[in-house]
Amino acid sequence: MAGPDTLPERPASAGAAPAPVRRRLGRRQRQRLARLAGYLVFLLLLAGVAAAADWGRLADAFFRLDVARSMFPEAVTVALRNTICYTLLAFAFGLVLGLVLALMRLSSVPPYRWFATAYVELFRGLPALLVLFMVGYGVPLAFPDREIPGGVYGSVTVGLGLTAAAYMAETLRAGIQAVPKGQLEAARSLGMSHPRAMVSIVLPQAFRIVIPPLTNEIILLTKDTSLAYVLGVTASTIELTKYAGDALNTRVNPTPLVVAGLLYLVVTLPLSQLVRWLERRAARER
Amino acid sequence: MNRVPAIEIRGLRKSFGRLEVLRGIDLSVETGEVVCVIGPSGSGKSTLLRCVNLLEQPSGGTVHVSGVEVTDPDCDIDAVRRRIGMVFQQFNLFGHLTVRENLTIAQRRVLRRSRAEAARIATANLDRVGLADKADAYPAQLSGGQQQRVAIARALAMDPALMLFDEPTSALDPELVGEVLAVMRSLAADGMTMLVVTHEMSFAREVASRVVFMDGGTVVESGPPAELFGAPSQARTREFLHRVLEPTRVSEAEIGAHHSTGA
Repeated sequence: MAGPDTLPERPASAGAAPAPVRRRLGRRQRQRLARLAGYLVFLLLLAGVAAAADWGRLADAFFRLDVARSMFPEAVTVALRNTICYTLLAFAFGLVLGLVLALMRLSSVPPYRWFATAYVELFRGLPALLVLFMVGYGVPLAFPDREIPGGVYGSVTVGLGLTAAAYMAETLRAGIQAVPKGQLEAARSLGMSHPRAMVSIVLPQAFRIVIPPLTNEIILLTKDTSLAYVLGVTASTIELTKYAGDALNTRVNPTPLVVAGLLYLVVTLPLSQLVRWLERRAARER
Repeated sequence: MNRVPAIEIRGLRKSFGRLEVLRGIDLSVETGEVVCVIGPSGSGKSTLLRCVNLLEQPSGGTVHVSGVEVTDPDCDIDAVRRRIGMVFQQFNLFGHLTVRENLTIAQRRVLRRSRAEAARIATANLDRVGLADKADAYPAQLSGGQQQRVAIARALAMDPALMLFDEPTSALDPELVGEVLAVMRSLAADGMTMLVVTHEMSFAREVASRVVFMDGGTVVESGPPAELFGAPSQARTREFLHRVLEPTRVSEAEIGAHHSTGA
């Protein structure tokens, strides 16, 4: 590694302050040594773990191919499909409600602002699970003659969407406020009404600004759909986590959890790559 | 011919909180006139301009545009603004739209012109400012001077009866100022009614039919450029012009600095 042309020792006159430790090694050589030691420690730890692990047992527990194979195709055609459905439905619901709340929060009518602020503070402060219980059981108990349309799909959409809306309202409000005031002034001075200027000029630019945080919100929602099991999902409405949990019980083997985990990553990893790409692109444009 | 002034401002006042920015302005602009407003920063020039199309709500006084009182609370301000082109210091082009879409969106959404007609008028106006080849570019791909020319074309596409310019060259690199002034000069030559807030004294001197000097929220002096620049009657005007036109001749005594003589 250290070539023949290693850095010559620093001349003593270069350092103004007297060095307290050995002056034999140059600064670069010391850095190189420290890095080497770092690699060494890491490799030793890795070797230690590898030697201590019972590989046969691990493979038997977490990577049983027959168990994994028995999960397909339902794991994808039913469980993953439902997970994605719940995510998209809750996201769409949350986005529409979030946009309404964001516009209310920026309204010139004070009661709208109060309501939106109260809503955001309330639903940001509550656990998603509690809201889901409320939508799934609390509301049906209180109003037995009414029901949320769409069965479990409807309940998950509303239950997760209500919480997501609170977060997205804040994101969208920040996005709208990030559009320079001059854009609205230019639109108004061309004779556009305020609503028209918002729809044609401000909101398109606001959405562009908030695409990365909104994509993050989809990732969070994807994972939150695992809470849907509390609504008592059936074979056709089951999502990934519940599906894996059931398989864990019937096969008495944790491999299904690994499979489910990998399937979540199939969805979330490309999304987080997308966020990174969008953020890089946004940084270039600014 | 229309005898009503294009803009008539009477006793205009504007306060931001306790700060009084305009203290009773009287000013009228006749159709076909080019009026340049000059004055130090904070003198209220831009606020005056923004009160004409009600981007700022005046605190008192009246503003009439082509005989319509815009300060009347029941005035349809969107309809009045359609007839007033406005050009901003910061261009304010719509960043998510191409140059052509910047010119067509208000034509389509406000004037309800057909897509083909809006596109035709957009092309004609881009040609007028020398940017017909940039129709498909996005604003961020253009230089500041080009962006400001697009902003002028965008305002012109609405067939305005008059144009307001709010320091249109102040945000530009010095080498890009000329192209924007050239467009404005040709507009003036075509008989456009223009109210221009500017720091470009040579433009005011050559193009303006009248120059208005503002300071401290009032009109100090106004008149034809030859008169105002050649023989200003007010001491405040003389001092301002001296400092703007001959910045290297401002003496230390004038600004209250004392030359250190080593004592």
